[in-house]
Amino acid sequence: MPKDNSIKKVIVIGSGPIIIGQAAEFDYAGTQACKALREENVQVVLLNSNPATIMTDDDIADKVYIQPLNINVLEYIIRRENPDGIIASIGGQTALNLVSEAFEKGILEKYNVKILGTSINAIQQAENREYFKKLMLEIDEPIVESNTFNDIKNALIFAKKIGFPVVIRPAYTLAGTGGGIAYNEQELNDLVYQGLNASPINQIITEKSVAGWKEIEYEVIRDGNDTAIAICNMENIDPCGIHTGDSIVVAPSQTLSDKEYQKLRTASLKIIRALKIEGGCNVQFALNPDNGDYVVIEVNPRVSRSSALASKAAGYPIAKVTAKIALGLQLHEIKNYITGKTKASFEPALDYVVVKIPKWPFDKFGYANRKLGTQMKSTGEVMAIDRSFESAFMKALVGLEESYTGFFNKKFDSIPVEEIENRLFNADDERIYIIFEAFRRKFSVDKIYKITKISKWFLHKFQNIIKLEEKLKKEKLSVKILKQAESMGFTDDKISELTGLDKKDVDILRKTHNIYPIHKFVDTCAGEFEAETPYYYSTYEDEDENIISDKKKVIVIGSGPIRIGQGIEFDYCSVHAIKAIKENYCQAIIINNNPETVSTDFDIADKLYFEPLFIEDVNNVIRQEKPDGIILQFGGQTALNLAPKLLKNDVKILGTTINSINIAEDRDKFKNLIKNLGIKQPESIAVTNIEEALDAGKKLGFPLLLRPSYVTGGRAMKIVSNDTELVEYMKEAVQISPEYPVAIDKYIEGKEFEIDMVCDKSDILIPGIIEHIERSGIHSGDSFCVYPHQTLSDKVVQKAVEYAQKIAKTLEIIGLINIQFITNSDDVYVIEVNPRASRTVPIISKVTKIPLVEIAVNVMFDKTLKSQGYGIGLLPKTNLVAVKAPVFSFQKLPETDVALNVEMKSTGEVLGIDNFYEKALTKAFISAGFNFPDKGNILISVNEKYKIETISIIQRLQKLGFDIEMYKDNSRYYENLNIKIINNKDINNIISEIKSGKLKMIFNIPEVNEKTDSFDYKIRKLIGLYPIPCFTCIDTISAYINALEFVRTNNKLDYKTIDEYIK
Amino acid sequence: MSKAGILLENGEIFFANSNLSSSTVIGEIVFNTSMTGYQEILTDSSYASQIVVMTYPLIGNYGISDNFSESNKIQVSALIIKENSEINNENNADSLSNYLAKNSTLCISGVDTRKLTKIIRYNGSQNCLITTEKISKKHKKMLAEYSFPKDIVKKVSCTTVQKYKTENTKIANFALIDYGVKNSIIEILCQAGADVTVFPYNTNSEEILNKNFDAVMLSNGPGNPKDVDNSNIKNILGKIPVFGICLGMQIAALAMGADTYKLKFGHRGANHPVINTENEKVMITSQNHGFAVCSESLPSDITLTYKNINDDTIEGINNKTLHFEGVQFHPEAGPGTNDTKYIIKNWVKSVNRDMVNA
Repeated sequence: MPKDNSIKKVIVIGSGPIIIGQAAEFDYAGTQACKALREENVQVVLLNSNPATIMTDDDIADKVYIQPLNINVLEYIIRRENPDGIIASIGGQTALNLVSEAFEKGILEKYNVKILGTSINAIQQAENREYFKKLMLEIDEPIVESNTFNDIKNALIFAKKIGFPVVIRPAYTLAGTGGGIAYNEQELNDLVYQGLNASPINQIITEKSVAGWKEIEYEVIRDGNDTAIAICNMENIDPCGIHTGDSIVVAPSQTLSDKEYQKLRTASLKIIRALKIEGGCNVQFALNPDNGDYVVIEVNPRVSRSSALASKAAGYPIAKVTAKIALGLQLHEIKNYITGKTKASFEPALDYVVVKIPKWPFDKFGYANRKLGTQMKSTGEVMAIDRSFESAFMKALVGLEESYTGFFNKKFDSIPVEEIENRLFNADDERIYIIFEAFRRKFSVDKIYKITKISKWFLHKFQNIIKLEEKLKKEKLSVKILKQAESMGFTDDKISELTGLDKKDVDILRKTHNIYPIHKFVDTCAGEFEAETPYYYSTYEDEDENIISDKKKVIVIGSGPIRIGQGIEFDYCSVHAIKAIKENYCQAIIINNNPETVSTDFDIADKLYFEPLFIEDVNNVIRQEKPDGIILQFGGQTALNLAPKLLKNDVKILGTTINSINIAEDRDKFKNLIKNLGIKQPESIAVTNIEEALDAGKKLGFPLLLRPSYVTGGRAMKIVSNDTELVEYMKEAVQISPEYPVAIDKYIEGKEFEIDMVCDKSDILIPGIIEHIERSGIHSGDSFCVYPHQTLSDKVVQKAVEYAQKIAKTLEIIGLINIQFITNSDDVYVIEVNPRASRTVPIISKVTKIPLVEIAVNVMFDKTLKSQGYGIGLLPKTNLVAVKAPVFSFQKLPETDVALNVEMKSTGEVLGIDNFYEKALTKAFISAGFNFPDKGNILISVNEKYKIETISIIQRLQKLGFDIEMYKDNSRYYENLNIKIINNKDINNIISEIKSGKLKMIFNIPEVNEKTDSFDYKIRKLIGLYPIPCFTCIDTISAYINALEFVRTNNKLDYKTIDEYIK
Repeated sequence: MSKAGILLENGEIFFANSNLSSSTVIGEIVFNTSMTGYQEILTDSSYASQIVVMTYPLIGNYGISDNFSESNKIQVSALIIKENSEINNENNADSLSNYLAKNSTLCISGVDTRKLTKIIRYNGSQNCLITTEKISKKHKKMLAEYSFPKDIVKKVSCTTVQKYKTENTKIANFALIDYGVKNSIIEILCQAGADVTVFPYNTNSEEILNKNFDAVMLSNGPGNPKDVDNSNIKNILGKIPVFGICLGMQIAALAMGADTYKLKFGHRGANHPVINTENEKVMITSQNHGFAVCSESLPSDITLTYKNINDDTIEGINNKTLHFEGVQFHPEAGPGTNDTKYIIKNWVKSVNRDMVNA
């Protein structure tokens, strides 16, 4: 059937901020879908609150609304744009829920908007457990015994009937938020409570546990003609019981016979047909390893994280094809974009193995509960491709960029055997290293299997790795063993460490015997047809398929897995860099290993190398390509960290020199530089013991900011205001040694602001200044901030620009640089310089229409700033006001302290845009998920320092109709001022008030020397799981009250495209 | 592990590991892109005298099972893989290595199978010699003089009549002519409610027509359809409903006056899209054939029913007057998808001998 020509304008809904369970994969899917729609001459209107996305670029969609993802906004935009259709299935659960709501409220019918692709009916059938169960019974597909409940009592009765352990899942949520396995009544109580809270429809599913069964997924797609195919199947190495987002996954399945493979494939297709899904869909199964029985666990009637992985693993662009299907096209009418010759109605044949490993945030949240279960905790993932399982696996491990490289985590080499057994059973993010350690201690495959239920095939493979490790330790390194080790994925570093050989000698051996990997194609068809798209992976084989062009070429280093502090914004920068390189008539090559991203889509760069961003892998590409240059400044810290190692290869780094990067990155060198330039900076001293710390305190004067270089209990950085606090902190929270000094900075309380600028040798261009709403002391990634600056004096701005110019000139910055400042009574201090793209580059680029990355790349191609015509110096403010709000994933990370400090904790961000500050601020709060209640209680607990400042906060809240609760003794202070305070000292009472909805929010500023058994700490570690805000900085709550006051007096908001606000 | 050399017709040589210490094998080299189903492929008679390259790099992962075999022994001349990735446990009786050893089948591993596959793609299927000896002029001569056995069907067909009873309610009684039949075909017929009598490939047509069969199934098999005498089929067609699978369809097509030709490198895998020309529905099929029916040669009474989406080759035909239906792909799977099993099941349900007389 040809495409539906009545569809001329379509609304695409994005997935909003990055949170655990909903990450960059939806930017990838959304971008593909938008491009696919425009290829068919359909106008695209895009709605997303997340500015750090490619999909919100104005060359991806025709109209871009960076506005809150809620029903009012959607209706407003539908009324305004009058679209013919809407696509719900590519913006994750967020978009699906929003479009479902619009459908149920009759909005779509009212404005005659057609849902393209999968219908709401189908979505509901897949997502509502009752409907789904009924349908599965009808088509005779087995499911686990389960039931839905709205209360604890009945859930318990049911659990007792089917027997513990039982799985609890909230209905209609992403990434299993609030779910888990209950082994007893108490655990069930807790999980049901959490689950009911997490579910938007207040419903949980209780089901029999299939923990220990194999978990298998199929990515399937169906068109309006009922053609349905399976694109890729995937096997979770971790058996059922661990969320697939937290599982190590391999594609295709490795331990299934053809009969099993086909049985599950047939079931998947039967299900997608029964649901009448039009587009991509994910079906998850549990397969009993003992008898081959299976059950359907879950169906996701939309593109997902798994579909992004499957797309990259198989070379099949699921989101793109889904968008075409939504327009009425059929699979056999859509081409296979990789081969260019065959059609989309085929099933990819892989001739390699793909391994995905999740990236967890526990390096930031060392104190959070690391246990893995049905609730996803990872923030990102890496993927690796190779022709053997071991090497694909090892590459993926290397790609995680942990503090150790690859599979050897020294942390475990002396743990007792009992702990190994225990940690094999209680899986956490480090289990894989425990398995390796267990093999080193001569555990048998059978023993590990018994404990973990990980299929023996995988365990044998892991054992192979350890066997070779032992061989390397014992035997003299022969060419044969070296070859074996290299092709199994051992790094040179590791080989050198294990053999005791100098790395140089390993190098020489490799060179003499030409032991280098070659590159092969991902072609979707196992070589059966010629492929057009250059999508490569490295492997140790005979034939090199790499086509090396003699054109001028530049390599862009991507940013690897999404993690806290290095998110999707760097993928945004990488993609723009690729675009700019192409515009400079140069071949653009990307190296990256994150399957969720736009940059690893096969049609973005001229060449894609799906490789770890590890120096040896990058060097392999450089060795073959001999590029004219390599760009590091867009790939976050990952790319920048490669700088010193790359020098040896004599490859030209485009942009700022390595020497300058080193100065900016090295604390001491940087300190001297700033000093020599006559620029103010907070004074700082590194100490290694308490005496030195006290001395430093005397020299610098309190308050001080303490920054340990090694974090023990998670209480990382802290501000202290006297000797006692200093000593206490040094004793308690920090492990100090000459190896891990503590940096003591003079803490300057003031306004924080930052700039992103692009520089050539003679000029700088600053599109705008971003002012933080919170005062200094909170990580820039976690603070609310606003463009343009609202409260900085001209004098301060002038000084900052002058400093920026000096720094840029001295460091000879070419390209991008980010500088962070603090100002306090007209003094301006420089606190940080990042000689690379920063988190705020996408925002600034969008709100000022100054394409920072493109300009930076042009500068690297010797085009001066002046010649590019965007102006120089600080550009005038635009008419638009944009407020960025951080978004956190505390709900997914139980027991995380929600207090904000100098260590970043947020996973994503949203942007509120308007012509007026209050409106932009209000939108930012709405997008970040805040409500504006009419009345209720607010629990306040602040430390001495903020006692006085809090008075006005309390008064404003009371004026708005809220009652204030306190549990600390300092409530008397306020009572003496005739401020009415409710005393509430019972933690259980507080919790039940949260549950009943009486308590609307918490405002807590921690004590400086807070104990882990304090009331404040307990509450903050608990509160992350509940859907009420907990403010931990006075400026955030103050801003919130501003927004609240605005909403009370004037709640008219309008929603326009970015372009309209700028005009 | 011993070493072996793979000598291709174009002169290229691959050196790799051999599971047998002494062996020389010659045959036609073909590649298969299925990611699972190595045992089914090894035992499929259609691969007789062929050397099969598996494009998926890890083979042997899930062992060997009695239920997976398509015939009573390994049929391929040799297997070429990147890695035998079985669980390497000496006590593992059901391992691929043991199975190959029991059948004395040569298996070459450590090969860049992607490179080899691309050579076959560029140059077409070709003959190939594998030996554990040092490759010499002798081997080159052997290879040059080799030609694919014209009597290959004779070698794989049964020699005596065999009967299979359905375990379900019997709704039909079929004859099956065995050109190298896969167990899956017999199994699916029985499952669908047919008793099946399997006849040797050269059974006289009268012997079949005289018995009380509802229809005849022409099985899959190896080699060139033109090497098989089709006079018996000519006799049968029009007198009883006939269904042909793969080689069976090609033999019938020749008998009905169409022509066949050799494909450059054939279709072997489990991911081949086929479109039903009537309703435009696409199905993913299992395929294993080196020859195809020539579309220009179809007589007017033959209708095209299925077409390959990748290369437009004929995937199914029927002849209403002669009550013939045939498919080029393998609806019985083994290995491969279950998408088209219904074709056989529907046929079993719908055919009987009265149709011919009506």
